[in-house]
Amino acid sequence: MNLQKERKALSRQPAKRQSMTVMTLRRMKKNKMAMVGLIILTFIMLVAIFGPLIAPYSYTETDLLHTYGLPSLLHPFGTDELGRDILSRMIIGSRASLSIGFVSMAGASVIGIMFGSICGYFGGKVDTVIMRFMDILQALPPLIMAITICAALGPGLNNCIVAITISNIPSFVRMTRASVLNIRRMEYLEAATAINCSTSRIIVKHILPNALSPLIVQLTMGIATSIISASAMSFLGLGVQPPDAEWGAMLSAGRSYIRNYPHMVTFAGVTIMITVLSLNMLGDGLRDALDPKLKN
Amino acid sequence: MKKYICKRILMMFPVLLGVAFLIFAIMTFTPGDPASIILGSNATPDAIKALHTKLGLDQPFLSRFFNYIKGIVTTFDFGTSYINGRDVKYEMLVRFAYTFRVALLSMAFALGFGIPLGITAAVNRNTWKDTSSMMIALLGISMPTFWFGQILSIVFALKLGLFPAGGVGGIEYYVLPCLAVSMMGIASMARQTRSSMLEVIRSDYITTARAKGQEERKIIYKHALRNALIPVVTQAGATFGILLGGTLVAETVFSIPGLGSYMVTSINSRDYPAIQGAVIFIAAVFGVVMLLVDILYTVIDPRIRVEFTKGGKK
Repeated sequence: MNLQKERKALSRQPAKRQSMTVMTLRRMKKNKMAMVGLIILTFIMLVAIFGPLIAPYSYTETDLLHTYGLPSLLHPFGTDELGRDILSRMIIGSRASLSIGFVSMAGASVIGIMFGSICGYFGGKVDTVIMRFMDILQALPPLIMAITICAALGPGLNNCIVAITISNIPSFVRMTRASVLNIRRMEYLEAATAINCSTSRIIVKHILPNALSPLIVQLTMGIATSIISASAMSFLGLGVQPPDAEWGAMLSAGRSYIRNYPHMVTFAGVTIMITVLSLNMLGDGLRDALDPKLKN
Repeated sequence: MKKYICKRILMMFPVLLGVAFLIFAIMTFTPGDPASIILGSNATPDAIKALHTKLGLDQPFLSRFFNYIKGIVTTFDFGTSYINGRDVKYEMLVRFAYTFRVALLSMAFALGFGIPLGITAAVNRNTWKDTSSMMIALLGISMPTFWFGQILSIVFALKLGLFPAGGVGGIEYYVLPCLAVSMMGIASMARQTRSSMLEVIRSDYITTARAKGQEERKIIYKHALRNALIPVVTQAGATFGILLGGTLVAETVFSIPGLGSYMVTSINSRDYPAIQGAVIFIAAVFGVVMLLVDILYTVIDPRIRVEFTKGGKK
């Protein structure tokens, strides 16, 4: 009888083994900050996706009789210098801000991870050439690099995305390269080589999954930084061009009127901050969940 | 040690040359002709051609690049502005003083407040001190510098009238810009210090130090901080870059005639020599700061020093 129980318990054991993703998600669920961040972020993303459907007014519709309107029931966030509803402009603007953040980081991470794993795995001349090029890209602080590239390409949403992508590639390359260099020494890679795995299979199936945790955290935090960079660039007049709405551009437009109408810059700024904050909270949570060493 | 520093300085030059080449190339090969922008939309093709010859834009790319670099290396000449004909070098040096003052003061704030905040949080882990300082730090890295600057100038300059809202002058003009710019730095330094302190505090030699009855203060500052400092210094280098970027943007908020506003106006008028000059200049300054960070490593960590003097690779 007892033996049978034991056997049953033993046979059940493999089912308890969990994948990395499930384990991480379980740890994440316990982290209140990360969950709050995730909920806020989901909400903002839904708003951005359904933007045109939920915006109370058209974001370009001017109403010259009600300019500089303070927040009221009709216009919860007030109106701007042309009488446009600030709430509607912010809802539509979220699409530009979020897409810059997500698209540029997706691009930067894919390109960066690709080059980084090539550098780390092959080493030698390829490594030297790519890394020297990264040195050049990193010779300027990321925001200044992005401003410079955008200056050369000309202002606009797409150029802004390209600029932020390029300025973020080096950090991904370096991070991936460092992890790959570590993993290359592991025995399971020797095993993979021994059973004649192809190089691409070794990199994609054996190396990258083990190098992924810090990259995911970097990606989340990177989206946050690139939303801030995008708003800074729009603020300087390099990003999204009027009459299109974007949070940074709205801050820039409201700048001339802050003395008398501070509400024009308050809401857009608070929204940027909340979005970035939720991403950072999520990133912190991911870091704790993915790195069990820090948890005790 | 000297050999390493010399090597590091020599390595800066190819990187700067690469930056110059990159900027020069993207400026040249992207659409937008400075001559037609200077002359306006109704300029005759002849006038544009004449201006091309005058500015040297009709020469091949490589020879223009070579002449530009030759000018910088031999006579430290960054050319003259297309728009107002002023010497880019002098303009940059004058403006850089403002930018550098703000960036450096903010960096001092970041180190002076950020590191103690991080230590306090780590030492009092999971208490209200930890939670509140980490909340502040989290807010700090989530706020766009220029927006925080706007809010500061609304509250402290326009409403309370404590500090001037913009411009340059005495020390009071630097308070708000430095506060705005340093917020991000304080926050990131505090976060990095906390996490690397936490990692160190758990190690065995801290337990040993406690076991032998060492004073807690000494344990934190002599045993733990010294070892936690390496990642903090790395972060400090990156933070300086962020602060430099933040300063460039904050200059527009506080109307400081620094390099940032110079870049913005030059970008809008496609003033190539001015943009190139400013970018190369910033890259050089940033490179020197990174060099100092690398040297600082060897000061803090004798292990790294030994590795370098042995002539081993990094």
